[in-house]
Amino acid sequence: MNDKLLLALGTASALFLVRNLYTMFLVLPDEAAQGAIYRIMFFHIPSWFTCFSCFFISGVISAYAIAKRNFKADSWSVSITEVGLAFTMIGLATGMIWAKVIWGIWWTWDPRLTWAFITALVYGGYLMMRNMIDDPSERLRLTGVLNVFAFVSVAITYKAIDWWRTQHPGPVLSFRTGGGNIDPAIESMIYQNWLALLMLAIVLVGLRFRQEETKREIEGLRRLAYAR
Amino acid sequence: MDQRNFTFMFYGFAAAWAILALYVVSLVSRGRKLQDQLETLKRTLAQEKP
Repeated sequence: MNDKLLLALGTASALFLVRNLYTMFLVLPDEAAQGAIYRIMFFHIPSWFTCFSCFFISGVISAYAIAKRNFKADSWSVSITEVGLAFTMIGLATGMIWAKVIWGIWWTWDPRLTWAFITALVYGGYLMMRNMIDDPSERLRLTGVLNVFAFVSVAITYKAIDWWRTQHPGPVLSFRTGGGNIDPAIESMIYQNWLALLMLAIVLVGLRFRQEETKREIEGLRRLAYAR
Repeated sequence: MDQRNFTFMFYGFAAAWAILALYVVSLVSRGRKLQDQLETLKRTLAQEKP
């Protein structure tokens, strides 16, 4: 990704986020049951959507990287996963803060929360595992397989609120319930902020990808230095 | 409840932005370290050339 594209996308996402913040705080009213705290959902839900999107795309690219032994695809996949993990942390942190007010507790081992935590651990493990394997081909193959299969935990996290009805609220968005569970203006704001966060995620992935390419260049030069 | 509600909403937004900011800072610092390593390696290899 070239500099101009990243700069344009970064600026667009920043402007979009500022406009969204204006709408969240100054246009949309407090929610009847939850009051002001419901606004955390404008970051909580889009952050999870962003990380799920990242993990899905990263898994697909990892499968391609393994099949074609493509190191560039491997670099894309690790960059996307790392950015996805940052959004996972936002999802977890904002969820805990919301829970403290609404449930009275920071955390509970409810299936959705537990699987979200497992997802964060699995992808954190994937990133750590990459640093433990020196050989690039082995790294591509082994961590790639982990990245593909790690998506199972994302799928379980996503479906947990359908399969196990416990502490975490059930689905509210129209595409899952058929509508009627959420104010259309609030739902629209969730999607708009998801779009803004996705744009931001693309910029971060672009920057992270460059680092991964620099890392590969360094590895190549080191091998050259040792060979002399 | 309303005041506490508002305070925690602020914490939520602050946490989201803080995590993003921390990630960007770590990205920039790692990028600098990698660039330094690359420059050093290139210089070393250029000096070693017969």
